[in-house]
Formats: sequence, structure tokens, C-alpha cells
Amino acid sequence: MTTVVDSKAVTAPAVAAFGVSKRFPGVIANDDVHFDVRVGEVHALLGENGAGKTTLSNILTGLYRPDSGHLELSGRRVSFESPRDAIDAGIGMVHQHFRLIPTFTVAENIALGAARDGERVLLNMASVESRIVELGEQFELSVDPRARIWQLSVGEQQRVEILKVLYRDARILIMDEPTAVLTPLEADALSQTLTSLTRQGRSVIFISHKLGEVISIADRITVLRQGRSIETIDAVGATRESLAAVMVGREVERVQRRGVGALPGAPIVLSVNDLGAEGDRGLPALRSVSIDVRGGEIVAVAGVAGNGQRELVEVLAGLRPRTSGRIEVDGETMDRADARHPIRMGVAYVPQDRLGTGLAPDLSIAENLVLKRYRRPPVARPPFLRSSVIDAEAASLMEQFDVRAPSSQTPTRRLSGGNVQKVLLAREMSGRPKVLVVSTPTQGLDIGAVATVHQLLLDAAAEGVGVLLVSEDLDEVLALADRVVVMYEGSVTGIVDAADATVASIGVLMGGGTAEDVA
Amino acid sequence: MSLASRVGLRLEPRVDNPRWMNWAVPVCSFIAALLVGSIVLLITSQNPISVYQRILERGFLDTGSLSGTFISATPLLFTGLCAAVAFKVGFFNIGGEGQFYVGAIFASGIALSLGADAQSWIAVGAMVLAGTVGGALWAFIPGILRAYFRTNEIITSLMLNYVAGIGATYLIFESDSFWRELGGTGAVFPKGKIIPLSAQWPSFDLGNLVVPFGLLLGAVVAIWLHVLQRRTRFGYEMRVVGGAPSTARYAGMRPARVIVAVAMLSGGLAGLGGAADVGNFRHVLDPKGLQQSGFGYAGIVVAALARLNPIAVVFVAIILGGITNAGYALQGPDFPAGLVGTLEGLILFCTLGGEVLVRYRIVNTRRQAVAS
Repeated sequence: MTTVVDSKAVTAPAVAAFGVSKRFPGVIANDDVHFDVRVGEVHALLGENGAGKTTLSNILTGLYRPDSGHLELSGRRVSFESPRDAIDAGIGMVHQHFRLIPTFTVAENIALGAARDGERVLLNMASVESRIVELGEQFELSVDPRARIWQLSVGEQQRVEILKVLYRDARILIMDEPTAVLTPLEADALSQTLTSLTRQGRSVIFISHKLGEVISIADRITVLRQGRSIETIDAVGATRESLAAVMVGREVERVQRRGVGALPGAPIVLSVNDLGAEGDRGLPALRSVSIDVRGGEIVAVAGVAGNGQRELVEVLAGLRPRTSGRIEVDGETMDRADARHPIRMGVAYVPQDRLGTGLAPDLSIAENLVLKRYRRPPVARPPFLRSSVIDAEAASLMEQFDVRAPSSQTPTRRLSGGNVQKVLLAREMSGRPKVLVVSTPTQGLDIGAVATVHQLLLDAAAEGVGVLLVSEDLDEVLALADRVVVMYEGSVTGIVDAADATVASIGVLMGGGTAEDVA
Repeated sequence: MSLASRVGLRLEPRVDNPRWMNWAVPVCSFIAALLVGSIVLLITSQNPISVYQRILERGFLDTGSLSGTFISATPLLFTGLCAAVAFKVGFFNIGGEGQFYVGAIFASGIALSLGADAQSWIAVGAMVLAGTVGGALWAFIPGILRAYFRTNEIITSLMLNYVAGIGATYLIFESDSFWRELGGTGAVFPKGKIIPLSAQWPSFDLGNLVVPFGLLLGAVVAIWLHVLQRRTRFGYEMRVVGGAPSTARYAGMRPARVIVAVAMLSGGLAGLGGAADVGNFRHVLDPKGLQQSGFGYAGIVVAALARLNPIAVVFVAIILGGITNAGYALQGPDFPAGLVGTLEGLILFCTLGGEVLVRYRIVNTRRQAVAS
């Protein structure tokens, strides 16, 4: 591969796909995809889960080879044998889940794997470090090359990932959902970096399913749906509604409920007082957290992932011991860290890891629907289980919650994400809970399923259940919640009424700011 | 970059598991093992077809051969169930061997202490119980270590096999224990006391076929296990704990207790096998014989070939029992003594290889690259 630029390259797009198709057994992941990225452009690939974004980026980075169609870089046809070829051709991937070694320094991580054939075996760390500083100045990506990864914030780690591909001389950067792990402030900084990159002739392919950020960050947007490239749209003039319609193929109604609030005089069904707990490594993860939820109310817990939300819901579900504080459910004190106790008290819990924690993937839908009631009649007639009762309940719950599956005997691992979530909510609601704790209930679901899940949560609240919704998606939080609890480093930094909240005000609290900073 | 054209094979996870694969894969693995085995035979200048034919005759077809096969199959049935029930919940009990020994020690001990005057059904019942308890206690150790101290049960259960083997040897060869025959030739050549006639398990004579009580008991236990796994609350817990431990915890189950219970159930089955071995066949605690047989390890092969299904274990045990039985009968200058062991190893190897095909499909990725 040579780096000689021929005259054609001046006008040709930096990268272009012509009729790219890729099939997997039973699925067409990419079907005749066309798109082109201009030099110095941020080009978004927008699509729901399963629309083919990941497959396309794997083809661009040489991980997969297209079954038909081809790629062109600067007007020249290329065919990648391996990821190495794509890197040599100047394509770099910034992964959503960072591929960094926590105990190595920034420079060591960047140098890792960057050496080429014929280069010296020994690393000259000083030259690596000075090159990193240079790149950092050039692209406004300042980070200390000697810092160790574990000492860095998530935003800084992402900068290291970007520097890693720039160090390898990438002209085209592919970023997979880069804002998913960032606070709104960090996302703004990222958008600055993108501007600086494109001004200096680099091109960015920005993969996302978030409509708002795509409009604000990208220059042009190619929408993928069911593996096909539907349309390429200028970001200027695009609206969320118009993009959503193209993305889903029909108009989507957004569920809205803002500050409807608990019924007047509704009792407090969940009262968390001064709660403390340790994380997996034995360090304090929750510090004196207090939250009240009334019946019929939706209280959202917002925050960047990893600020104590997981520990909070695990304590509520009896899966993690607490080190201090009190939990009361409908006036009754929860005394032990034991999953059976909250279940009996009426705390339903939909965990973030649906198939790994919420369901037994190899067991059938029917068996999963009785997972929390298998011990007692009518499901059990000790020592036996009554399959007639189990099947009858499955039939009625599947109908009520519109679970689509070949039969109630289908293993849950074969279900789509939306149906998995419906099975979980069906089971949790069938226990007639007082409190429903849900953790990132729509993460990874497509737009249609998101609307269904939102409606189910609203239905639960309408029935008088107190809903505690943990979510990183601020649009979701603002659309559903009556009140928003913001967490940062294990503490509650603010509780705001959803009616008064904005993405910006919550964003400040998510970054550790206080209510005064908001004002 | 050079022009390249390669053929690559890749494994892709199966989206779907068709039902026919449940039996097709073990059957094909078995045939593949026979094919590989015939290569071994050809290298040793044997005619594979005639060797296999003789195994078939001596194991299953000749008059009386099936009775002998049943005797070989009985211990394999129990150790096969032992491995199957434990592996199903992800408790890799390699200790069936040691649990079998301990079951034999307990069963022979109770038979000897009840003496010759005990009623037969009491003596046999006591041996069944004692063997089960012995095996369960032996498996309790790796069970509790795994469940509460996260110790690797493969290592602990394997090591306890040696402890049990040495223990049994001590009882007969290195001490004047209750189990050792001190009178007669026993004073010179160490051996165990023979259990009283009333404690010896019956065999049912059906004309040409003799069915040992132990085999029938094992078949009944296999059916019981199947019902336990599919129809009961405990079986449901086993399936959830085995497939999704964190889901089990989430649902308020006690995975640690389930693991300990399954470990004891598994060990109890092997211990019952040890009791059957003493009661039905050896009538004596015979450490050397036990350790040479390696029933516990062979049980792992049985369980794997049966894909951990208790009912299938019954049939697989009889098939492997037949091969073992034929091996005893055919051993001689023209029949290599190690052949049966080699075949068993090949069968396990091919079965485990076949498991890959159940979970993945092989894709041919012919790669053609264009120079650029």
C-alpha cells in the first residue's frame, strides 16, 4: 500500500462504499450499502440496533470482507485482507468499550502494537511521549502521556483512544457511539475535538442511534435501516422527527409525561435513608444516599454509568449488603441482604443485564415467568412444580404483555431484546409489587420497543406502583420522570422536579456540580 | 500486498439447535471413534472389522454375553449418573472414583457388622443406604469447598480420589482393620473379609439372561433422577443454577446450597455404585481391584456420551459395559489388552469434539484477495 496521492484524490471522497453487502446465516447484515465520506467531514451512520452499523464498521476496518460491493479510499479501490491493512490504509477505529490496559501509562498503551515490521524492537518511550504531546497540541487532545490509565477519567481515556489511532496516522476515524459513556460536558469537549480533526483534513465516521447528537455533531447523516442505506441527509435542516421517521420507516410517537406526579396523599412506598454500600472492590460506592418514592410516582436516577447506580439497585434488590442506612418498603423495614426478602416485601427489579441476571436464557419463557414464584403454591405443589399452572399463566401473561414468540416453550435466549424486556416486566408486574426498580430498561432496544417499554412503565405508575428508574439516557429521564435524582461518585448531588429540569442542568449535577452551579 | 487465495474454516455459533442433533452427534462421534480406532488397529496389524465383530459378539450377541455385559455396566451406570447430574449444574465432579471407593467401604462395613444372622432385605437395604451416605459425605468436601470457598472442585475431587484409594488400601493391607480377613490365608496374603451370604445382592435369572439387582436399581434411580430434574422444584433450581448462577441469586435461590446438595447427590450415586459393586459382584472390599477398574473415570465418558441425560446414561453404560466385557473375554496374544481403554478414550475425545458441532457450525470462508 502506497501513500502517494493521485490527482483524483483531491476531489474524491475520503472513503466510499459501493453496493456493499454482507450476509450471515439467516440475516442480511448489510444489503447494497452506498455512502461516501468527504475529506474533512463528520459523517454519521444512524440506525437502530441491528440496522447494520456494526457490520459496516467491521467491513471498513477490515474485520469482515464484503460478500459483494467494494470500498474506495480517495477514489482508489481497496480490499482489506485484515485489520492491519485497514490501519495501514489510514482507517482507525475508536471503540465504544475502550481497549486500554489500566496499569500501563498513556504512552505505553499508545505504543502498544504500533511498532511495524522493520522497526526497532526496543521502544524509545521519550520519543513516543513527545509525539503524543505534539499530537495533543495539534488536535486539542491534551493528556499527560505518563499518567496511568486507571488514574484518568472516562473522557480522558477516550482521548487516549483517539490519540492511539492518530498516532498510527489515521486519516479516517470511525467512532462507535463515542458519547455513550460521557457526561454532557465531556461530550461537548469531544465535539470540539471533532471540529479540530476535520479542520485539519481528517474525516470522521460517527456511529450513533441518538438523533439529537447526530444532528448537532455531524455534517451529513446516512441512515441505515434493516441493513440498507436508506438516505443521506444534510444535518443542517434535519429534525429529530424527520430522522426518526427515516430510521424506523414510519412516524414514531414519543411517550411524554413530565411531572404528572404521585396522586395527592399517595403513601411513600420506598424510603431509602442515609444508605451506604461498598463496590465490588470494597471501596465505598454509595455515600449516604436518601431517596423517597411515592406510589404512582416515577423517580429517575440519572448519572454517568459507574457512579453508584448499580450498587444502589443491587442493595434494593437484596443482592448487595449495605454498610449503613435504612430501607423501608411501604413502612416495613428491610433488614437483611437477601434477595428473597425484597421479593416478599413487594420490590420488583428489572436488572440491567437482562439475560445474564434477569432471566435464565436456556429455560423457556413459561419457566422464566415463574422464576420468583416457583417456591410456593399455586405454581409449586412440593416437591413438584405444576406445569399446567405454569403454562396457563404463561399464556395469559404473554397475551397481556404482548410477548411475541413461537410458543411459551421457546428459550428466552432466542427472543429479541424488546421481547426479553417484556417477559421481564411481565414477570415482575405479575408479582403485584409496591415498588418497581428498573435499570436502564431501554438500553439496546429499537425505537418501537422503547416506546412499548416506556408505556409499560407508565402503566405501572398509573396502577399506583412507585417506580425507580435508573437510566443514563437523559431524554428518557426527562420524558418519564416526575422527579430526577442525580448521582455522582456515590452521592446524590441533587433532586430536581422533572418539570424544572433540563439536560443542561442535570448535566452539571452529573459532573459533580451542585445546585448552586446550576443556578 | 500479494494475491492470495486461501481456504479458511471458521466456527460460527449456532442460532438454533435442531433436536435431531441430540442423538445424531453422539452416534456420529461413536462411529468416528470406531474409525479412528481402526487406524490404530491397522497400525498394529489387526483387521479392524474382525476385531469389532468379535467385540460385538462377545459383548452382546453370544449366549450369556449380555449377562456379563450387565455386570460390567452396573458400576458404570452409577458413576455415569454421578457425573451427569453434577456436570449438568456446572459442578465438575471428577471424584466419582473416590466416592465409589468410600461407598464400597461403607457398604462392606455395614454388611460385615450386621453379620450373617441379619435378614437379607435388611442387609441389602442397609448397604444401599450406607454406600449412598459414604459417597455423599466424600463429595460433601469438594462441594462445600466450591460453594463457600470458591475452590476448584476438579482439583479437590480428583485429589480426594487418591485419598480414598489410599484409605481403602490401608484398611486391607496396612492395618488389622475390621474389613481385613485375619484368619486362614488372610494371615499371609492380605485380603478383605467376605460379606455374609445374607448381604449378597440377588441377581434375577431370566433363562439365558441374568440381570443383577444393582442394574435394576440403577435404572430406577435414573428414571427418578429424570423426574427430579424435569418436574420438581429442586430440579428447577438445579437448572437455573447450572445455566445462570447470577439469575439464581437474583431470584432468591441459594446457589451455594444447591451446589452442595447436588455434590452430595452426585457422590451418593457413585457411593451407591460402590455398594452395588461389593454387594452384587465382589462381595469383599478389594482396593486393588477397585483402583484397577477406574469406574469413576469411565463414568465421565458415559455421562459425556449420554449428553448428561440420566435415561441415556442407562443405555450408554450398557454399550460401554459391553465393550469392556468383550475386552475381558478377548484379551490374549492376538487382542491387545489396552485396546478397550484406547477405544474408550477415543469415544470420549470424539464426543467432546462432537459437542463443538452442536454449539457451532463450521463455515468455509474461501478468501480471494485482489492485489491493491
